[in-house]
Amino acid sequence: MKADPAGVLTGVHYLDGDFACGEGAMAAGCRFVAGYPITPSTEVVERISRRFPLMGGTFIQMEDELGSMAAVVGASWTGTKSMTVTSGPGFSLMMENIGLAAMMETPCVVVNVQRGGPSTGLPTMVGQADMMQARWGSHGDYEVIALSPQSPQETFDLMINAFNLAEVYRVPVLVMMDECVGHMTEKVVIPPAEEIEIVPRTLTGQPPESYLPYKVDGKPVPEFARAGDGYRFHTTGLTHDERGYPVMSKECQEKCVSRLLDKVRRNVDNIVRLEEREVDGADVVVVAYGITARVARIGVELAKLQGAKVGFIRLITVWPFPDRRIRAVAEKVRAFVVPEINYGQMVLEVERCAAKAGADAVLVPHPGGGVHDPKRICEAILGAAK
Amino acid sequence: MSTPAEHPEVLPEEHPVAPYIRTDRMPHIWCPTCGIGTVVKCFATALAESGLDLNKVSVVSGIGCTGRVAGYMKLDGFHTTHGRAIPFATGLKLGRPELLVTVFSGDGDLVGIGGNHFIHAARRNMDLLVILVNNFIYGMTGGQNAATTPLTAKTSTMPYGNFERAFNLPQLAASCGATYVARWTCLHIRRLTKAFGEALKRRGFRFIEVITPCATLYARLNKLGSGLDLMRFYHDNAEIRHGADTREVGIAFQDRIVCGKFVDEEQPSFLEMMHEHYRKTLGSKYVPTPPEGGWLHE
Repeated sequence: MKADPAGVLTGVHYLDGDFACGEGAMAAGCRFVAGYPITPSTEVVERISRRFPLMGGTFIQMEDELGSMAAVVGASWTGTKSMTVTSGPGFSLMMENIGLAAMMETPCVVVNVQRGGPSTGLPTMVGQADMMQARWGSHGDYEVIALSPQSPQETFDLMINAFNLAEVYRVPVLVMMDECVGHMTEKVVIPPAEEIEIVPRTLTGQPPESYLPYKVDGKPVPEFARAGDGYRFHTTGLTHDERGYPVMSKECQEKCVSRLLDKVRRNVDNIVRLEEREVDGADVVVVAYGITARVARIGVELAKLQGAKVGFIRLITVWPFPDRRIRAVAEKVRAFVVPEINYGQMVLEVERCAAKAGADAVLVPHPGGGVHDPKRICEAILGAAK
Repeated sequence: MSTPAEHPEVLPEEHPVAPYIRTDRMPHIWCPTCGIGTVVKCFATALAESGLDLNKVSVVSGIGCTGRVAGYMKLDGFHTTHGRAIPFATGLKLGRPELLVTVFSGDGDLVGIGGNHFIHAARRNMDLLVILVNNFIYGMTGGQNAATTPLTAKTSTMPYGNFERAFNLPQLAASCGATYVARWTCLHIRRLTKAFGEALKRRGFRFIEVITPCATLYARLNKLGSGLDLMRFYHDNAEIRHGADTREVGIAFQDRIVCGKFVDEEQPSFLEMMHEHYRKTLGSKYVPTPPEGGWLHE
């Protein structure tokens, strides 16, 4: 369906990434946000709290990020599209209920405007060191979807994707921004509502007597009933059967957990989005995401001036990781160069996929607090091409 | 034991609150003489008498023995994470304001790990009915010390007796802004049922503490006898004082338990204050969340 015009601020704007994030969420149909102030993400909820009362949305500033994430999961069970926004320290606290959302199969969106860590780290300065936490931060086996925008415009666009993916796969979708993208101000074009495609919450058509909240019938996800419609369903963070009832057995555990994994793993090709440039014929391919992708492109151009044959892959979807594509590229290149603002996270995934073909994966690390010098990326490319 | 089949003249009768219970999940996991079942019975009776549309009533629990209530009541039931029942319920209420959202959980869950959410929901006068079953101990995990364990009582992690001061829960709730505060024991089934019925019809943050026996752990570790002995203790030591100063209702080990309705005030709730404020400041530009929820209708 098309977006609700009430949430769409159609026009050409000059916005920072945080504001664009808020506008993207509202355009996507988000009408419940719970948040707790944290730099550098707070502007997102400041924007939303000003606009929500004008469009039927509710913002609540919770007492902490544990509560914010719990409220988001609760609100989503009313069928309301819900999200929260945070940065590293808050993201750590949200892990508990991100796990609950994954287990209960609750559509929701969590934005992390990454700063330097660990712990309180660099509150006002950029980092990309929560990428593995996004994938593995809550305990147990589960799958999420995570996206990484490189600009305010893409932040707006990916927020809409994020809400749509959350509906289709009934998972928490994590939008892994970074402080640079969050605080840079650029042109953002917000299209008319009728040009924005929205996946609405699809409510079950079954009568309450025969409805089972976790019965899938061969589909990737079960049909959704919301609280208050007479279904009187039960849902739990415990391992559960089709009725949503807890069952403590390894058979039920296998059935329950494997489906949580498979609904994402079997649809990787439908979920993953990449941007590729000059990968064919390249000796070295640079893999980057977020703000680092923009810096890396300069490094790629510098290396090309020195005669290197360099390709470029930008991860728009970071989780699930595009295994298949990276493996295929690995067959044809000498090495991958992976700059990221951490000491080696997504490079581990590239390395895993490149190993079988014998391609190298070269990390260009950055401690956080700034972006790479493109010359360092260029040097890494030239070194890997030798 | 004789069965109805052997004696056809004895008609099996449905339990009066069976329609409110997921009977397909019986038997429950609670120990013999545990008080939680009694609290559920009283709540179900209050619901039955309330005339409310039960399709609009949700129950949210955290983790622990009482945390299982959400799974046993035939309502929209959410068994959430440890300590987070109140914020989960807050999202549920704000997402679809027409719902009547009840939080049903234990002392460890609501005021131990979840204490921060408890005080803030009370401060906001959030539109939630919070039922706290207090058995003075962590039951599910085997009898550890709680924020409600009375001084000197023995627990598995205070084997020489508890030396930490306990919360006085009615005082905590009232001082944080709760507009309905009551305490009963699970011996007071009529008064408890009446309190539930009354609180179901109120708005804002309503808090009912129910003292219940944990025979398996609290009574055993403290040599207090059986669950029935604890019920007898409530009978002999509960003191009904409506309107008592909540500063004076703290519970000491094996001492009197002051029960009653301590607070019942008409104060604007979170949602009422939010609507009124936005109407005043934004006028006709204000678009409230529709009562039936904020999802996009096609």
